[in-house]
Amino acid sequence: MATRSITVTINGEARTAEVEDRLLLVHLIRDNCGLTGTHIGCDTTHCGACTVLLDGIAIKSCTVFAVQADGAEVTTIEGMEGEALHPLQEGFMEEHGLQCGFCTPGMIMSSKHLLDKNPNPTEDDIRWGISGNLCRCTGYQNIVKAVQYASEKLQETPAEEGAK
Amino acid sequence: MIPGSFDYHKPESLEDAVGLLNELGDDAKVLAGGHSLIPLMKLRLAEPTHLVDINGLEGLDYIKEEGGYLKIGAMVTEAQLEESDLIAEKYPILKDTSKVIADPLVRNKATVGGNIAHGDPANDHPATMMAMNAEVVVKGPSAPMTDGVRTVTIDEFFVGPLMTALSHNEILMEIRIPEPDGMCGAAYLKLERKVGDYAIAGVAVSIVVDGEGNCSNAGIALTNVGPTPVRATQAQEALIGKPLDENNIAEAAQLAADASQPVGDHRGSEEFKRAIVKTMTARAIDKAKTRAEGKK
Repeated sequence: MATRSITVTINGEARTAEVEDRLLLVHLIRDNCGLTGTHIGCDTTHCGACTVLLDGIAIKSCTVFAVQADGAEVTTIEGMEGEALHPLQEGFMEEHGLQCGFCTPGMIMSSKHLLDKNPNPTEDDIRWGISGNLCRCTGYQNIVKAVQYASEKLQETPAEEGAK
Repeated sequence: MIPGSFDYHKPESLEDAVGLLNELGDDAKVLAGGHSLIPLMKLRLAEPTHLVDINGLEGLDYIKEEGGYLKIGAMVTEAQLEESDLIAEKYPILKDTSKVIADPLVRNKATVGGNIAHGDPANDHPATMMAMNAEVVVKGPSAPMTDGVRTVTIDEFFVGPLMTALSHNEILMEIRIPEPDGMCGAAYLKLERKVGDYAIAGVAVSIVVDGEGNCSNAGIALTNVGPTPVRATQAQEALIGKPLDENNIAEAAQLAADASQPVGDHRGSEEFKRAIVKTMTARAIDKAKTRAEGKK
């Protein structure tokens, strides 16, 4: 059983762990680091519940090995809140963008990447941007509104943005 | 689901990566984007004992025109292709293709090289690359007098379902497409049940139009309606030397449907898939024609 020592910076904190080569990034995040905000939904690369940012890019952490993230920076939902809630988190609250909440961390991380690339997306851009994330409760309508809320707020006061 | 055990290798150079594959033999697999391989490993449909990670190797993520070719490094992600200005302006068929592969999160990691090297007839780039008459550049071990690099035409590359012309010790390093010349246009259309699904059927069309408005060259290839991507040779021939009018397009569309070899499954019956190929071939030719005419 091959193991190795890796160091991954998660939400700004360097974490070193001895891991099996086959350990998936999502298990490193949840089991080794105790950051259970990142969810496992389908485990088959379909649902996007496990979405995190890997060096600023939104990826499904159930489909990347932890060893691949050695030396990289990961941002999870726990890293979104700064002094206050991130505008995306606030948007999901204000616009009722969640019901059961299971998809929400993934939705927020995908939306974060979308807004980083495109601060002023159209409704179509948003629907396209979150098309790798499945929600079985909301019908997506309020999720789109939540991302629009965050987009507007971030453009008014970019300094309020929480994590990187 | 946790994949079976394997040893992870992270070589520093392409040469080292090829050396590892050569040394480790058949049970080693290349890890590129991993978005076909890792799901297969979870399901135990693939059980490599070694993974050779080529992420982070320098010089495999370029999109450039050089020496009469558009050259795409194997590790260019679908997202990079989708967002490239050069691709949007001159090779919109590649953008058509990238943007319907899986979903945006997968496209952030999945690579163009992997989409081709995996050899899955349900993948989308193979048909597009076939319509564009691409070539695949592969790297094997260096030996005296040779750097191990060879070029394979796209038609020779796909041997069977999940089987390609790559040897176990070779890595796909580049895909190259001849630069378009004259009035040409190309388009890819895919019918899918939902975002993230494989195609019910997909059609890639590339055409060149001469000064008189006749089609002087055509490439037509199909996704997920055969054991490999299918080149619709007779459909191509039916267009050449003729104006791209409704009748000629309809004839080519029928010939493409005839060339398809679909199998009925949960995505539809054989008959339905053939009908889809016919309809989408006509639409793809029309779209390619519109794009070609835009270059008048």
